[in-house]
Amino acid sequence: MTMQLSEDPQAVAPAPRRTFLYENPSVLWFMACLGLFTLIVSVLSEGMGTGLISTSLVKILGMTLCLCLIAIAMDVVWGYCGILSLGHFAFFGIGGYAIGMWLMYARTEIVVRGNLAAGTIPPTEAEVAEAVAAQIFGVVGSSELPLIWTFAGSLPFQLAMVVLVPGLLALVFGWLAFRSRVTGVYLSILTQAMTLALSLYLFQNDTGLRGNNGLSGLQNIPGALDVPQSVLSVWFFWASAAALGAGYLFFAWVVSGKFGSVIRAIRDNKTRVRFLGYNVEGYKLFVFTLTAVISGIAGALYYPQAGIINPAEIAPIASIYLAVWVAIGGRGRLYGAVIGAVTVSLLSSWLTGGGAPNIDFGFYRIVWTDWWLVLLGLGFVLVTLFFPKGIGGLFDYLVRKKE
Amino acid sequence: MTNLLEVSDVSVTFDGFRAINNLSFAIAEPELRAVIGPNGAGKTTFMDIVTGKTRPDSGRVLWGERQVDLLKLSESQIAKTGIGRKFQKPTVFEEQSVRENLAMALANRRGPFSVLFWKATAHDQARIEELAAEIGLADRVDHRAGDLSHGQKQWLEIGMLLAQEPRLLLVDEPAAGMTPAERAHTTDLLKGAARSRAVMVIEHDMEFIRRLDCRVTVLHEGAVLAEGSLEHVTRNQQVIDVYLGR
Repeated sequence: MTMQLSEDPQAVAPAPRRTFLYENPSVLWFMACLGLFTLIVSVLSEGMGTGLISTSLVKILGMTLCLCLIAIAMDVVWGYCGILSLGHFAFFGIGGYAIGMWLMYARTEIVVRGNLAAGTIPPTEAEVAEAVAAQIFGVVGSSELPLIWTFAGSLPFQLAMVVLVPGLLALVFGWLAFRSRVTGVYLSILTQAMTLALSLYLFQNDTGLRGNNGLSGLQNIPGALDVPQSVLSVWFFWASAAALGAGYLFFAWVVSGKFGSVIRAIRDNKTRVRFLGYNVEGYKLFVFTLTAVISGIAGALYYPQAGIINPAEIAPIASIYLAVWVAIGGRGRLYGAVIGAVTVSLLSSWLTGGGAPNIDFGFYRIVWTDWWLVLLGLGFVLVTLFFPKGIGGLFDYLVRKKE
Repeated sequence: MTNLLEVSDVSVTFDGFRAINNLSFAIAEPELRAVIGPNGAGKTTFMDIVTGKTRPDSGRVLWGERQVDLLKLSESQIAKTGIGRKFQKPTVFEEQSVRENLAMALANRRGPFSVLFWKATAHDQARIEELAAEIGLADRVDHRAGDLSHGQKQWLEIGMLLAQEPRLLLVDEPAAGMTPAERAHTTDLLKGAARSRAVMVIEHDMEFIRRLDCRVTVLHEGAVLAEGSLEHVTRNQQVIDVYLGR
């Protein structure tokens, strides 16, 4: 039958090949918005431009971009593939710890060398290492460098860890969970347990990551210690914007083709996909691991801007927030995840950071730091009940109107 | 003509209920076979066993020239060796277009990496158009599958089965809920498919089976009650008693 067709030029003429961007106009729109936003923030920043936007605000905006990156990863794993992971913030935190180790070690080493240079005899390498260890781990009553810090002085090594540790953890965890065909709410609970266990483990003083003190001083970048924070913040803002742009393009490509077709099919009816000959568990593991790696990268960009990371960051609630952002923004569309992350996290910073005026009724005072969670919960319920497509669903009305 | 699929002495019990009781069955390639029987006779369970969804307590299921033991394979591996299945309820991916549904089913490599870098070749495109024409959906390839009528969804699912290029097609009640005209088209599709493949059809509608004009296997209480031409089995007193007489 095919032979017959190939003799007929009319029949084989393939559908006109359209470019990736033509097929996905939302990607182009997103890139334009991101570029414009980056430009505006740069021009108005304290470090590079007029100074209308303070350094701390630039940092908050840069961190928000990192949250957008993990939100689109969450959207791919949940909105597209149907795996409600409530543990992706663990990978984000691990990425932060991996880069934090280098930041802290390298900077402490510079400081220690400076101090020891004042002495008459130049210090040996062993003395330097000992002094660095005492400086970093004095706070948890130790002066020995834990084994996992062996290569902390090497930036390439720690950068590799940013990707490898979340990737491997996701691979092993996912393999165990998916192989046993754990799905739905059971999988969500399991991922919560994973992030809780990791957080509790890191709270211990003897785990080699400074217990509840976490890693601090991450805003000081070794090799750029003379660069003022106002300028550094813009650099990190750019890096975050670039990472978000690249991540968005990458995920848009992943979900647009046949791969996206298969994972959406897995979300909607995995039994049927199995009978089509696809290894459903393999695909889930692939998506779970891929998004974990991207989450790690997002975390590695986030924490140098935050300046500090501690085990509380990867408490189970953080991963639940992540799911709430994606649900509010709109599942199954990448820009929805971005909208959700931006709206909710900025609103949260504004309301809990004392930016919003408290409302005094006389008999009762609404203090936003207390009421913010109520507001968020209410918003989540309302969106789930009345706008299952989230804020992003509004774009469907706009497009339909134009047609 | 050797057998493509050989099921011998298979039994399966659910909570003490014997759904399949020492069932033996064989189908050749090419062949069109209809399977009938009263409700609860074990027709769908039988398909579940062949496709790996249900594991039998005992018995053997052998496949192909090399006598591969299907009981050792997973659902997706069984699908890849060449067994396609159409469910009773049409299950197409409603959120996706007819084209996307067919593209997923095409007999290409199934690994995540191959799929990630997959691009429709001219051959793939032509195959999709050809299949769409065969199932009467040529002008609807870019429509959402969810917008199709019930009958069209059934056809799309048959089209997806054909796209998999299986050697054995298991079709569960393809004509349910179809108009007479749709039934006629479905008969043609199945007969066409059975020219080069083994096709097993479960159906209740005797008129539909008559039009298929093929060998018939009657199942009852998880075992084969009778086998032969439709005329032969409808004259069988046992068959009349348990199935037709009701």
